[in-house]
Amino acid sequence: MEQRESIIEAINLTKKFGNFVANDNLNFMVGKGEIFGFLGANGAGKTTAIKILCGLSRPTSGNITVAGFDVYTEREKIKKNIGYMSQKFSLYEDLTVFENFRFYGGIYGLSKKEIRERTNYFLDKLGLMEYKDKVINELPLGWKQKLAFSLAILHKPRIVFLDEPTGGVDPITRRQFWDMIYEVANDGITVFVTTHYMDEAEYCGRVSIMVDGRIEALDTPETLKNKYEVDSMDGVFLKLARKG
Amino acid sequence: MRGFVIKEFFHIFRDYRSMLILFGMPVVQVLLFGFAITNEINDAEIAVLDYSKDNITQEITNKITSSGYFILNKNLEHEGQVAEEFRKGNIKEVIVFEDNFAKKLEKNHSAQIQILSDASDPNTANLLTSYTSGIIRNYQQQKFSEFSLPVEIKPESIMLYNPELKSVFMFVPGTITIILMLVSAMMTSISIAKEKEMGTMEVLLVSPLKPWQIIVGKVMPYVLLSFVNAITILLMGFFVFGMPVQGSVILLLLESLLFIVMALSLGIYISTVSSSQQIAMLLSMFALMLPTILLSGFIFPIENMPEILQWISHLMPSKWFIIIVKDIMLKGVGILYVWKETLIIILMTVFFIFLSVKKFKIRLE
Repeated sequence: MEQRESIIEAINLTKKFGNFVANDNLNFMVGKGEIFGFLGANGAGKTTAIKILCGLSRPTSGNITVAGFDVYTEREKIKKNIGYMSQKFSLYEDLTVFENFRFYGGIYGLSKKEIRERTNYFLDKLGLMEYKDKVINELPLGWKQKLAFSLAILHKPRIVFLDEPTGGVDPITRRQFWDMIYEVANDGITVFVTTHYMDEAEYCGRVSIMVDGRIEALDTPETLKNKYEVDSMDGVFLKLARKG
Repeated sequence: MRGFVIKEFFHIFRDYRSMLILFGMPVVQVLLFGFAITNEINDAEIAVLDYSKDNITQEITNKITSSGYFILNKNLEHEGQVAEEFRKGNIKEVIVFEDNFAKKLEKNHSAQIQILSDASDPNTANLLTSYTSGIIRNYQQQKFSEFSLPVEIKPESIMLYNPELKSVFMFVPGTITIILMLVSAMMTSISIAKEKEMGTMEVLLVSPLKPWQIIVGKVMPYVLLSFVNAITILLMGFFVFGMPVQGSVILLLLESLLFIVMALSLGIYISTVSSSQQIAMLLSMFALMLPTILLSGFIFPIENMPEILQWISHLMPSKWFIIIVKDIMLKGVGILYVWKETLIIILMTVFFIFLSVKKFKIRLE
């Protein structure tokens, strides 16, 4: 495997809620510009881990750095360097497309000029220029998803976290969305994506599979399929889940 | 930060329901409460118990019945009839002249009139007695102003069934309180809960904005709008119902601002404990609006409540605010007289802010 500069490092990441261990000694590293898939069934601890990496939640123990900053002491710096897209797409439904861009640009401290330029760039690329002044709730779900993703990378973060970004959209739109993800990764932005669609896992550079709070497997999809002697990621996941 | 406030205004102005609550509500409430109360004193039926039956008592009775507010239902003969008539429920007030009324006025320059009113309906009772004594005072001034010696007709009002009744122009202070509570607490709690529900709160929390910036950005527009509402209600009270502000307007507005901040902190607290807009709405409705209306002394006098409810009413921030507004508007007192109530509201504000900050932190961990 090619050696990349790492941008997220987690050593023995543990998070406990009382007696319940949500994340049990997670060890992983994500390279710069990598598309890292973070897989697991609902309740396996994906969201807890992503919250810790985004600086929303404090880990119980472990050494974790994101974009070179410590998650215990440098949360503010981390927040400036990451983008986040939630599974709900998180757009303001009653604002127009441009108002959403202006608002998110504003909270990341972009200048008016930057906001205008970046908005035009994204709308042009998505072919949604003529919908600039349409209110979000009049748009179809697939467009909202793409807009939400554009907003997450509007401020040119070094890492973008996507929390189940393809929930509820049709296969064609999902495919198009992954094209966008590839493009972003090519530009050098690291993509950290959680999903429970196993076919999507095939698109990732490397994947980690979580079962009951532990990482059971972590490698490229190819290697994992060979190791577990199955022909799809679905098979890998089933074998791991049964074992667990 | 500025962008935040602008965005919040967009949310409010694009949602016709919130616009309706914000601007329709205060107007409707003031008019409703205002007219519902003022209408009642047209043609109130009264009875007269005249022990004296001289020309002065006759004149006073005529003046009262010709005022347009009162209609003479019955002339009573003896005291025993009073309770009986009240129980029938037709009359709202009995005016009693003592015997030898005119003679006493001439000799002692002083005579007594008793005004008995049915205070089971406290607002009406209070209005009626104050109107009656106003008319009597007016008569006295007209009739005896040329006399060198002061002549005094002493109207003595007695509230039956509800002796400790409170002031009358309750609806303006009460409506201000309800509107401020509604706009500030309910609207903020709903709008914050909405961000949580839509998932946008997560995105905001991941952004470099600090939690206090998010909260201040969210509540700023509501502070402004509530303030505009408070002023609207005061203006309507003044122009539509002729209710002046006796005390300092600036003090009144400052106190309103304090109450708004209190209600906002309460709203923030509600939003931290509720996961959806519906829950936030229900919580604000039942935990805030109903007690505000029922227990603050706005509609039902606190003195008449069972002791337990009286104790609970002390916990209602709105109760203290109504006292402040009433004192400033009606009695024209300064901060020296309402500092205790002000302090109570300040303490409550600090308490709720403390609670919500704590709750907010737990949520983040």
